[in-house]
Amino acid sequence: MTKEYNTLKNVIELPHKYAAGPAWTRFYDGLKQEKIYGSRCQKCKKVFVPARSYCPACQVSADEWIEVSQEGKVISWALSISHEFFGMPVSPPFITALIRLDDTDCDFLHFIGGIDLSDAKKVKDLIKPGLKVRAVWNEEKKGHMMDIRHFVPVSG
Amino acid sequence: MATRVGIVDIAMTPGAESKDNFLDQVYKVTKEVLDKAGIKRADVGTVISAASDVFHGGMSCANSYYWDAGGAFLKNGSRQDGESLFAFIYAVMRILSGSFDTALVLGVCKGSENPENDMLTHFFTDPFYQRQVGLNETVAAALQMREYMDKYGITGEQCAKVVVKNLGNALRNPYAHIKKRVDVDDVLNSETVLYPLKQMECAPKSEGIVAILLAKEDVAKRLTNKPVWFKGYGSSMDAFYLGDRDLLDGQLKQAAKRAYDMAGVSNPKKEIDVAEVCEPYAFQELLWYEDLGFCAPGEGGKLIDSAATNMDGNIPVNPSGGVLATNPYVSRGLYRLAEAFLQVQGKAGERQIDKKVNTALAHGTHGFAGQCHAVAIIGN
Repeated sequence: MTKEYNTLKNVIELPHKYAAGPAWTRFYDGLKQEKIYGSRCQKCKKVFVPARSYCPACQVSADEWIEVSQEGKVISWALSISHEFFGMPVSPPFITALIRLDDTDCDFLHFIGGIDLSDAKKVKDLIKPGLKVRAVWNEEKKGHMMDIRHFVPVSG
Repeated sequence: MATRVGIVDIAMTPGAESKDNFLDQVYKVTKEVLDKAGIKRADVGTVISAASDVFHGGMSCANSYYWDAGGAFLKNGSRQDGESLFAFIYAVMRILSGSFDTALVLGVCKGSENPENDMLTHFFTDPFYQRQVGLNETVAAALQMREYMDKYGITGEQCAKVVVKNLGNALRNPYAHIKKRVDVDDVLNSETVLYPLKQMECAPKSEGIVAILLAKEDVAKRLTNKPVWFKGYGSSMDAFYLGDRDLLDGQLKQAAKRAYDMAGVSNPKKEIDVAEVCEPYAFQELLWYEDLGFCAPGEGGKLIDSAATNMDGNIPVNPSGGVLATNPYVSRGLYRLAEAFLQVQGKAGERQIDKKVNTALAHGTHGFAGQCHAVAIIGN
């Protein structure tokens, strides 16, 4: 349908340069060495991953750095069979998931892969809450969350 | 100090794409609400706008742009970002402080002219972690839905019923954006956006410019013979990172409790006559029922099965059609308030519920999977 009035198109590009600070810089350096770092709150003793410099609940520093397990359990997941999302680092099909890495106290947001994703029902039969998964790394490291390629189910 | 704050009147645009320019829309709703009250721009004490200009408008500091269209220039006014009900409570407080007799609240969002919601909400993320793994509001919602279904056995059919109910109600609302009668199969057969979430279970992008005029008690009584009174308000914001949160134990319970306590509501199931809730994803309406105290945890699916939240049920929810029918992203909380106001006044036309409305609830949410919630209680 032809519009009665004009539409003006305008694309805006805004280059930003974010300061990563010491905590993210150290976390990314860990990823480059295939290590996932968390940090422990000095007061409540919760372990956060990715590592961060403070505990939001206790408002004290969480500067005890620990390398956390690369295995964990699936808390939730969502499967894109064909839908493309702006800003998504992977193409469909993919599974975004919340994963509780062993001995940590929050969920880690990443991807599940290494399985047949063509049939949602089959995926649902395979991925249950609590399914054990482990990190698989990309060969090339960029100091980026996607240095971890995805998490794959651990058999047995 | 003023004792009570009344809503005098409202004006809003329909949700479908308009041929009007944004400024003309702001001008028209402002003019309409002041005309209804029979006052001039000079009589307005303060103006508070709700906006999220940079991404939803493509313009920074945009209140400088629309301020004169809203009759606000030269006035002691302000703007807030995020959940638009924040602008309402800001205006209420300015009147309660005794500094202003009247306040105009504006909610501005022309959804037809900005990028897709998933693109915009991708920038709700931090650049260091969640943006790098592609998070947006729909991804967060699908993760929340999966947990909700797994934990409580909520079914796809129960989620789809929310769409059927709300789009059915929207057929009676001249301001609604999406108007079509659908059944459960239509919803379940729509595209799977992100399994288990279906395309028809995701809110559209709509236009929504709304103006709400508030006044202190004596002025409100002078300006209208049916003022609707502010009774209570509460809000709460959960932690930022999605993984730090329990997505099934969110902050709406806190926001609602704060609003109920202020309003003196002890049994919401009985005392709330109608609720306008913000459900950008269908299943969230069921989860919000639980958090608002309309049913026990895990019982949201059963509540919609019982038809209690239909137009003619015990606790009608979203007689306007809700956000699934009309989603002016930024101003959607104020749209809920405007609709709740019309229900209390008995002026909601064909979408007016049958029973007398003494107390109504308006809810707004912002952020991923309901990170932030605000609840307002109004009544006669």
